[in-house]
Amino acid sequence: MAERILVQGNEAVGWGAVSAGVEAFFGYPITPQNEITEWFARELPKRGGVFVQSASETGSINMLYGGASTGRRVITSTSSPGWALMQEGMSCLANAELPCVIVMVQRAGPGQGTTRHAQMDYFSVTRGGGQGGYKNIVLAAASVQENADLVQLGFHLADKYRNPVVMLTDAVIGQMAEPLELRTLDLGPLSPKDWALGGKGAHADGKRRVLSCGQGQVPLEPYTTYLQFIRVLDQKYRTMQEQEVRYEKYHLEGARLVVVAYGYCARVSKEAVAQARKEGLKVGLLRPITVWPFPYQALKDLALGGAGFLAVEDSLGQMVDDVKLGVEGKGEVHLLGMLARHADTDAGMILPQRVLQEIKKVYPGGH
Amino acid sequence: MTTTAEKTWLSGTPKLWVRHPAGSRQCPGCHHPIIERLIAEVVEEMGLAKDFIMVVGVGCYSRAIAVLDFDGIFTAHGRPPDVATAIKRTLRGKPIVMTLQGDGDCLAIGAEPLMNTVARAEKITILMINNLNYGTTGGQMAPTTLVGQVTSTTPQGRDPALTGFPVHAPESLAAYRGVAYTARGSVHTAANYQRAKKMLKAALQKQVDNIGLSFLELISACPPDWRLNPVESLKFIDEKVIPEYPLGEFKNLDKLV
Repeated sequence: MAERILVQGNEAVGWGAVSAGVEAFFGYPITPQNEITEWFARELPKRGGVFVQSASETGSINMLYGGASTGRRVITSTSSPGWALMQEGMSCLANAELPCVIVMVQRAGPGQGTTRHAQMDYFSVTRGGGQGGYKNIVLAAASVQENADLVQLGFHLADKYRNPVVMLTDAVIGQMAEPLELRTLDLGPLSPKDWALGGKGAHADGKRRVLSCGQGQVPLEPYTTYLQFIRVLDQKYRTMQEQEVRYEKYHLEGARLVVVAYGYCARVSKEAVAQARKEGLKVGLLRPITVWPFPYQALKDLALGGAGFLAVEDSLGQMVDDVKLGVEGKGEVHLLGMLARHADTDAGMILPQRVLQEIKKVYPGGH
Repeated sequence: MTTTAEKTWLSGTPKLWVRHPAGSRQCPGCHHPIIERLIAEVVEEMGLAKDFIMVVGVGCYSRAIAVLDFDGIFTAHGRPPDVATAIKRTLRGKPIVMTLQGDGDCLAIGAEPLMNTVARAEKITILMINNLNYGTTGGQMAPTTLVGQVTSTTPQGRDPALTGFPVHAPESLAAYRGVAYTARGSVHTAANYQRAKKMLKAALQKQVDNIGLSFLELISACPPDWRLNPVESLKFIDEKVIPEYPLGEFKNLDKLV
């Protein structure tokens, strides 16, 4: 039996990263993710790893770029305003095809917003907030255990595709405490990182390695033209969309209404769905674990089976657009957004009772 | 008339300086290829190529990554000190990491990473090429533009009342406790080229000896944007640039105090 400890979601990120063999963390303080930065400052050096406090999130993401260029597993974490500062760096990581994990603990916006929970950066995280139309896998955890597990999956997928992976959580998932089973996931073999920098002396063939976020300006090996490089990216992004969709199904059998939610809203919605089932309503939950690539096909299949949909998210409506893209107009799509919070202060949340109330309101054929 | 082969035979070409299919994109009279050669000679003579990683910023000099035969990485504009920090730290101090940046990359958009990398006393080397303007984008004002110098964004000449004064990086950075070495050199004459080589060697040696951060500025002609021909540019460096930017070492420590 693996060891179980009681930790916050933010700390679980650290435990997961260590299980994945992380070697360096670069980060800048910002609420509500400070527990992650502090965990790495405390725990990584004594395990032989590297901790560097950057001077801004722009610094963090560019340090991540440098760390990732060595082929070692490296990670940073931030919250919404810091995420905004990282966008050019995200784009450069995608261009240079550097694997790494970025943990993004959402808080409310716009601007400096609040330091508490929200889900208002879905578009920025799933659409690529930086320049140039790159793509990155986004894993959305909904529990402390999943924070640790998905960091490990994130590193694996980052290495598999030579691409940055974002772990998307929120202040609720990050700061709640739950039991964590310390476990190292076996995710299968990966190719050696023959591309990584280390000095010519570190390479078996003795030849130089060059990495660039400027493919197109000066084409560098292995690419000879800009479009050749773009074709490789295109193929990579298509493969991710075909092979990496992950989601959780809860009571979807025979569901006439499917609630779609991620992160803390998925936890809240699950409770509401359980109650609705008890009351005899055919309601299920589809929880995207990858919010990019999004489970479009699963939604389409449910729509073709006659289901209606209720997107629950703590924003004014962002993920709901992905639900609509999946449903393709073949079913009704409703939104329960942040205006349904239980209080007007920044402590306000979408609570299970409110989701249940909305389920009853939009249930196909009435309730 | 001497052929290319004869020139190569007469002057020798560093083994680490290689041709790239993209060819040279430099303008006539540009000093960047001279600086590429200088880097190649120094790294070769110091025997560092197998452990060397160069981190280049954004500018005309970026192509150095393609023509210098050691590991390299091209970064976002202004960010080489952050990238170099992480490479050096993640590889636990093993490689010799040098940034290659322009004056705009290093002192304007890159001021934040520069100042904080210096403040953290990272054991890396920063090589900044100062050509008094933004060459790649067509000759706009840079932090290093001379007072009165005409650029495309100071069409009446740089007016300190509006845009302040030229920035002296090696002099300023010498004040930081984590800095072991700063100097400014030039490559516009053979004698200065030799002095500049010694400076780069001294700067890299500080890193080899694990002493502290080293910073070298090299003045470099940009004839089209200076609105001068290549020969006039050499005279301009002697008469206008060096009086503003004196050559020499500003700090040389064997141990940080």
